[in-house]
Amino acid sequence: MASETFELETAADAGTLRRVAIDPVSRVEGHGKVTLLLDENDQVRQVRLHIVEFRGFEKFIQGRPYWEVPVMVQRLCGICPVSHHLAAAKALDHVVGADRLTTSAEQLRRLMHYGQILQSHALHFFHLSSPDLLFGFDSEVGRRNIVGVAAAHPEVARKGVLLRKFGQEVIRLTAGKRVHGTGAIPGGVNRALSREERDDLLADIYTIIGWSRQAVQLVKRLHAADPTLYDTFGTFRSNILSLVGANGALDFYEGRLRARDADGRIIVDGVHVKDYVNLIREEVKPWSYMKFPFLAALGPRDGWYKVGPLARVQNCDSIPTPLAEAERREFIDYGQGKPIHAPLAYHWARMIEMLHAAETIKDLLHDDDLSGSDLMTSGSRNREGVGAIEAPRGTLIHHYRVGDDDLVTMCNLIVSTTHNNQPMNEAIRRVARRYLSGRKLSEGLLNHIEVAIRCFDPCLSCATHALGRMPLQVELLDANDRLIERLYTGS
Amino acid sequence: MDTAVPSRKLRLATTSLAGCFGCHMSFLDIDERLLELVERVDFDRSPLTDIKTCGPCDIGLIEGGVCNAENIHVLRDFRRHCKVLIAIGACAVNGGLPAQRNHLDLGLCLQEVYLTAPGNVGRQIPNDPELPLPLDKVHPIHEVVRIDYFIPGCPPAGDAIWKFLTDLLEGRTPRLGHPLLHFD
Ligand code: SF4
Repeated sequence: MASETFELETAADAGTLRRVAIDPVSRVEGHGKVTLLLDENDQVRQVRLHIVEFRGFEKFIQGRPYWEVPVMVQRLCGICPVSHHLAAAKALDHVVGADRLTTSAEQLRRLMHYGQILQSHALHFFHLSSPDLLFGFDSEVGRRNIVGVAAAHPEVARKGVLLRKFGQEVIRLTAGKRVHGTGAIPGGVNRALSREERDDLLADIYTIIGWSRQAVQLVKRLHAADPTLYDTFGTFRSNILSLVGANGALDFYEGRLRARDADGRIIVDGVHVKDYVNLIREEVKPWSYMKFPFLAALGPRDGWYKVGPLARVQNCDSIPTPLAEAERREFIDYGQGKPIHAPLAYHWARMIEMLHAAETIKDLLHDDDLSGSDLMTSGSRNREGVGAIEAPRGTLIHHYRVGDDDLVTMCNLIVSTTHNNQPMNEAIRRVARRYLSGRKLSEGLLNHIEVAIRCFDPCLSCATHALGRMPLQVELLDANDRLIERLYTGS
Repeated sequence: MDTAVPSRKLRLATTSLAGCFGCHMSFLDIDERLLELVERVDFDRSPLTDIKTCGPCDIGLIEGGVCNAENIHVLRDFRRHCKVLIAIGACAVNGGLPAQRNHLDLGLCLQEVYLTAPGNVGRQIPNDPELPLPLDKVHPIHEVVRIDYFIPGCPPAGDAIWKFLTDLLEGRTPRLGHPLLHFD
C-alpha cells in the first residue's frame, strides 16, 4: 500500500492549528462531519471523517424474541431497510433450520432485494450525487441539489425519480410497505406476488431497463468529458472485498467472501460467511464511533479494503445478465488490465449494477415461482446463524445467537459503510492535499471533500447504529473436521 | 390550477436527528409529486441540499428523537427559525427504536462495545471533543421544544406526508384521516 496511507490522520501539533468543519456532511444519508486542521500557511495537516452518534443496537436487541429481529433491525436504516431485513432473515433461517428455502421464497426475497438495489442506486445517483457531476463541484450552492437538476435537466430528474419509484414499488409488493416492510420471516416469506401485481411491474420493466442503460451512458459521458479528473480525484489504492456468487458471478443475495489486493490478485476466496470472524478485525479510534475494519491476515495498516459497487464489479468474474455484462467488460477494459481505484468510478460501477438489477427483476418477473404457494420451510433448531448479503453499499453481515427460550443472546453486525471507513478517510485526505492545501477555503472547495465522500454512497445512518462487535470464536474439530465444540468469548 | 396557491414560495427545512432516515425516504416517496412540490416551496437546510444551517423558514420537518447534545442544538435552531415545526415519525414523536437503549446504562453499553469486545484493536471508548456528548436517554423532541404537529408512523406513508404538506400549503388545517393515519 502507498506510503501516503494514514498521512494526515493525526497532526502532532493539533492544538496549535486552525479548525474548519464541514458539519453536517450533506447529500449523504445519516449523520457525519469532517474536520480539517490547517497551519498558518493554510496547509492542511489533519483530516478526519467523524461518525458522531452512538446507538448500541447490538446491546438492546439482546433479550428480544428472534422473530422480531428482521422487522426491528431495519429501523437501523431507512435507506436500505430491505438489506437489514434480509440479512437478519438469512441469519435466522439457520436458527430455524431452514438451510434451503423453497424456490418461491428465495425468488421473492431476491426480487425484493434487487428492487432495493435499484431504488437505492437511483436515489444515490440522481437525488444526491448528480448535482456535483452535472454542475461542477464548486457550482453555486443553492443549485447543487435535485431541485437544481430538475430545473436544468428535467428529464434526468424525472427519470431518476421514476426509477426510484419503480424500485420502491417492487419492495412494496414483496414486503407490504415501501419502507420497513415485513415480507421475509425466518424460514421464508409471508406472501407471494399475485398475477396482477406481476403484470403491473412487467408493464414498466422494459422502460426501466431502457432508462438504466441511459444512466450508464450518462456516467460514461461525464467520465469521457474529463477523464483526468474522474481518474485521479481522491484516488488511492487498496484491497477490495465482496461476496461473489456461484461460478464467480455477481450476486447480491448469496455468495462467498472474496478479497483481492490493489493489483487485482486474489487474497482469499470462497470464504463461508460464517467464518467472517476469522477474516475481519476492527480497530477503534478515539475520534469516531465507527470502527475501522481490516483483513486480519494483513493487519490494520495494510489490510483495509473497499466494498460496494466499485469492489463488486471488479471482484466478480462476470455479471449474469447480458446488458450489464457488456457494460462490465467495457468498464474493465477502461482499466487496461489494472483495477480501477478512482472513487468517482464508483458512480459508473453503481449504474452498471442498477442496470443489472433492472435486468434481473425482469428475469424474476418471468419466473412462475413468484406466485407459488410453498413459502415456508424449517428444520432442526440451531443456536446461531450468520447471514450476509451485498447491500447497495457493500457487504453486510448479521450474526445472532438465540437461546432455547427463543430470545436473542448475542448480536453482531458489520454494516457496509463501516468497511468503507478507512477508504473514505483516505479519499478525503487525498482531495484535501490536492485541492485545499495552501488555498483560501471557499464553500466550493470544501464541497470537494463531500464529493469524495458521496462517491462511496455512505450510509452514516447504519454506521451510527451498528458498531460491530467481534466475538472470538474457537472451534474444536475432530480428525474428520467434524465440529465437536464451539466456544465464544466476550459476549 | 388552484387559485389559492400563495404567490410567495414557502420555505421548507428538514433534518434527521436520532432517526434512521426512513422518514426522509418516505418524504421522497411522494415520487413525481416532488417535482410539483419544488414549484411551490424552496428548500432550506435539508439532507437533500448543501445548506448547513437553518434560516428563516415557514415549515420545519424533524425526523428522529434527541440522543446527543448536537441534536438539542439543531432542534432549538429549527424551533427558532421555523414558524411551524412538525415531528415526523415514531422516533420524533416518542423516541422510537433508538429509545430502546433507555433501559440500559449508557456507560456499560459503551464499555461493552469498545472495551470488552474481543477482536477489537486499540481498545478505548471514543472520546474526542469532536464527538457530541451522548445523552443518557433518548428523548422525544417535544420534551425539548414546542411542536406544532405530530405525524405518527414508522415511517408515515409518502401519501400522508403529501396530504399534510398540501393542506398546509393551501392554508387548510392539516388533517390525516384513515387510512393515512397509522402507527406502524
Ligand atoms: S420513525 Fe421509523 S422510519 Fe422514521 S426515523 Fe424513526 S425508525 Fe426511521
